[in-house]
Amino acid sequence: MNTRVVVIGNGMVGQRFLEQLAGRGRFDITVFCEEPRPAYDRVQLTSYFSGRTPAELNLAKKELFASAGITLRLSDPVLAIDAARKVVRSARYKEVPYDKLVLATGSYPFVPPVEGRDRRDCFVYRTIEDLETITAAARRSRTGAVIGGGLLGLEAAKALKDLGLETHIVESAPRLMAVQLDDAAGRLLKRNIEALGATVHLQKSTKSITEGAVRRQRLTFADGTFLETDLVVFSAGIRPRDELARSAGLTIGERGGIQIDSHCRTANPDIYAIGECALWQGRTFGLVAPGYQMAEVAARHIAGDGDVRFLGADLSTKLKLMGVDVASIGDAHASTPDAVSYVYSDDVVYKKLVVSADRKALLGAILVGDASAYGALLQFVLNGIDLPARPEELILNKSLNSSELPDSALICSCNNVSKGQICAAVKEGCRSLASLKAKTKAASSCGGCGPLAKSIVDGELKKQGVAIANHLCEHFAFSRQELFHLVKMNEIRDFETAIGKHGRGRGCDICKPAVASILASCWNEMILAPRHAPLQDTNDRFLANLQRNGTYSVVPRVPGGEITPHKLIALGEVAKKYGLYTKITGAQRIDLFGARVEQLPHIWEELIAAGFESGHAYGKALRTVKSCVGSTWCRYGVQDSVTMAIELENRYRGLRSPHKLKMAVSGCTRECAEAQGKDVGVIATEKGWNLYVCGNGGMKPRHADLLACDLDSSTLIQYIDRFLMFYIRTADRLQRTSTWLESLEGGVEYVRKVVCEDSLGIGAELEADMQRHVQTYACEWKTAIETPEIRSRFRHFVNSDEPDSGVAFVEERGQPVPA
Amino acid sequence: MRICRVDEILDNSGVCALVGGEQVAVFRVDGMIYAIGNRDPFSGANVLSRGIVGDIDGEPVVASPVYKQHFSLLTGRCLEDPSVSVPVYRTRVDGSEIQIL
Repeated sequence: MNTRVVVIGNGMVGQRFLEQLAGRGRFDITVFCEEPRPAYDRVQLTSYFSGRTPAELNLAKKELFASAGITLRLSDPVLAIDAARKVVRSARYKEVPYDKLVLATGSYPFVPPVEGRDRRDCFVYRTIEDLETITAAARRSRTGAVIGGGLLGLEAAKALKDLGLETHIVESAPRLMAVQLDDAAGRLLKRNIEALGATVHLQKSTKSITEGAVRRQRLTFADGTFLETDLVVFSAGIRPRDELARSAGLTIGERGGIQIDSHCRTANPDIYAIGECALWQGRTFGLVAPGYQMAEVAARHIAGDGDVRFLGADLSTKLKLMGVDVASIGDAHASTPDAVSYVYSDDVVYKKLVVSADRKALLGAILVGDASAYGALLQFVLNGIDLPARPEELILNKSLNSSELPDSALICSCNNVSKGQICAAVKEGCRSLASLKAKTKAASSCGGCGPLAKSIVDGELKKQGVAIANHLCEHFAFSRQELFHLVKMNEIRDFETAIGKHGRGRGCDICKPAVASILASCWNEMILAPRHAPLQDTNDRFLANLQRNGTYSVVPRVPGGEITPHKLIALGEVAKKYGLYTKITGAQRIDLFGARVEQLPHIWEELIAAGFESGHAYGKALRTVKSCVGSTWCRYGVQDSVTMAIELENRYRGLRSPHKLKMAVSGCTRECAEAQGKDVGVIATEKGWNLYVCGNGGMKPRHADLLACDLDSSTLIQYIDRFLMFYIRTADRLQRTSTWLESLEGGVEYVRKVVCEDSLGIGAELEADMQRHVQTYACEWKTAIETPEIRSRFRHFVNSDEPDSGVAFVEERGQPVPA
Repeated sequence: MRICRVDEILDNSGVCALVGGEQVAVFRVDGMIYAIGNRDPFSGANVLSRGIVGDIDGEPVVASPVYKQHFSLLTGRCLEDPSVSVPVYRTRVDGSEIQIL
C-alpha cells in the first residue's frame, strides 16, 4: 500500500514540499488549504498592485497534482489532529488518516493590542484576499498608514503608494528595519523613502484607533500626538501558526513555533513541520529560502533518506523597498566580540562591512542605496572565502571576480543552485541568463543573484571560446557597423536577403529593428511596406508612440517650434474630437495621447488636411530642431535662428539613425534653445554659426563639443550632412552620438578631421548619401493613409470592428488619463 | 472558430482576433500559424499581437512591444521569467482560412 501523506497548508513551502516528494516514491498525498486558491508567490505579492494577476502569481502546476496523485482540498482548513489515531479532521471531512503528516501552516500577521484595531478599514497584509479588500478600500481613500516599519511594513507601504494613496509609515522603534539595519543605514533609508513621497513617523507607538475628524481614522500615539488617515494596514511582524500542533500535544517553543529536529520532525516522529511555523534550535525563519530547504529535507526524509539534515539557514536579504536597494547580510550589527566595521557613506549610499578581529573573514554587511555588491559579499560569508588585504575595497567599487569562486559556492540561495551547477548548465547549452533561469531556477525567485549568475555564464562561455563580441545578436555575427557596410556595398534591400546571406535563424527583436533602421538609412523606402513592416520596433510599427495601456500618442511635426494660430486650433479640434490628452513636449511640440490604434488613420487624415506631417516622434530618427525666437524679435539675437532651425528640420526630417537625434539652434550666445545639450547644436555668432556636436540631456547629460566656428550657412549644412552620415555609418545599435563619440578613438579631434578636413576622403560620398535622403523624403503618414493595404492594418481586431475593451480612461485635471 | 485568411497576416507578424470575448494574438511565422493570449502580463495591455516575432535558441517567440520580454509561441512561457506565461490556443489552417480550435 502507498504511504499516505497529509499536508496541512498549500503556501510556497507546502507547494515546494509537494514538488520535492513527487517522484521520490509511491504516495497518496492529500493537501488541505484554508485559502480559496492553491499556492501562489507571496514574495511577489506587492506586484499584484502593479498589475500582476492572481493567475500570474500562481505556483501550483496542474500537471504536478495530476501526475503525482495529489488531492488538493481548497477552502478546507484542518480543525484538529488526532496524533494517537493518526487522523486529521477538516471543516468538510470527518476523518482523513495519514502515515506521515506535514505541517506547513505558515504564519499569521501579528496585530498589536491597539484599541480600535478591528475597526472598518483596518487590515493586515498577507493573502491575495487581503490585497483585494485593501484595493477596494483604497478606491474610497486618500491616505493610508502602515503600522510597522520593518521589511513587510515597507512592502505594504509600497503597495499603498502604488494604489495612489498618500502613504504614512508608523514605526515604534527609533529606525526603519530595526532588525536588519543600524542607525545610520536606517536614517538614509528613511530619507530615500521620504524623497519618494511617503512620510515616516519613528518612535510612534500606536495606542488607539478612533473616529477621525478630517479622515476616517485617527491613530493616537503614546506620546499624545496623532495622525489621521483613511485606512490602516498592520504589518508589525508575523507569528507562527502553531495552534493545531499545540492542541495535538506537540512541543511548542516559549515564544511560539513548532519545535523540530534536523530532519524537520516534531516531537511526534510521524509529524513534520516546515517553513515559518517551524522552530529549529530556538529560531524561526521568516524567509522563503530556509522554508524551501526544510521542504526538501522533510520530503527526502519521508522518502527514506535518513541522512538528510536541515542545518540552519542564512537570513541575509536583498530587497528593493519603495525603489531603494537595501541589503543586510549576516552579523550586520557587529555583535560578534571584537568585530571590526568599515563604513562608507554619502548622501545616497551607505555601505558597512563587519569583519573578524583578524580581518580575514567577512561576518556581515549592510548596503543601502546601492546593493550591487550583495552577491559578492554574500559569497564571502557563505563560503568562508578569505578577505582581500584591504577589505574596504569591497565596498568602494571592486566587484568579486566570479572566476575566483569555488564550484561549491552557493550562488542562488533561494533555489539552492551552486556555481558548479551553473557551469554544468552552460556546458549543456545554456547561453543566457534567461535559459539558465529556465534550466536551473537560479535567479528566478528574488533575483538578487542575477548579475553574479550572468557573470558566471559569461565567464564559462568565454572559457569555451564562445566570443561575447559586439555581435548584434545570436542571428548575426556582425556588429552594426559591419552590417551597415554589407547592406550598402551589396545593395541589400530587405531583411530576408540580409539574414539569408549574412545571418542565421529567423531573427529577433534586436536584429530586425537594427536591420530595418540600416535599410531605411541607406534606401529610405516606406518602413511599413509589406517586407519591412514586420521588422519595425514597437513605435515604428504603427507610426506612433505606444503608451502603457496599449494606446498611442501622436506628435505632428512643428518645425523649429513655430506654429500658426490656425494650426494650433486644428490640433485642439482634433484632440477634442477624439478625446485625447494633450501636453506640450520638451521639444516645442504638442503631444496628443490616448489614441486607439484604429483611430490613428482618421486622426492623421485630419492633421494632414490641416497641413501637418509626421513628426517621427516614434522613430530612431531626427525628432525636432528646437529654436529660440532669434533676431526677428529678440533684442539680443544676432542671427535668424528660427529660419535656420526650420531649414535644418525640413532637411533631416525622417532620417533614420542608430538612435534618436535632437538638434537646436540658438540666436545668440545666451543659448535659450539649449543647443549644447543636443546631438547637433548650432549657436549664432556675429559672423555666422558655431557648430556643436554630441551633446545629450536625459539620463546621462553631456555638454556638446565645439566642432567648428563662424560657419556660413552652406558650410554649416555641409558639415552637418557629413557628421550625421558618418555617425549613421559607424555607430552601434542604439548608441547616441554622445556615447559614440566617447567610444571613438581620437574623440572629437578625429571627428573634426573627418568632417571638416575630409581626412578619409569620404566627404563627397557622405554628402551624396544625405542628398539622396533629402530627395526621397515622404511623409510616412500620408503614404500610410493613402495605401489601402497599409491602412487596413490599423485596427485592433482582425475579425471585428470592436475597440480594445481593455482600454479605459478616467478624468484628471479636465483631461482623460489611463484608468 | 474562423479568424481570417492566411494572407490577411503579413508573414512574420501577428494580428489580434476576438474569440468568444477573448483577445487572441495570432501569428504567421514562416508559413506556420501560432496563437497565444493577447494580454501582456507585465503591462496588462492587450498588445502581444503587435510584437516582433523571431526565434531564440530555435524557439519561436514574440517580444512584448511594451517591456520586450519574450514569450514562446509554442508554450506561452516567458523566457525571462518562467513563472509567467500566457495561454496558448490550438490553430488549424483550412484551405486559406485560419481557425482557432
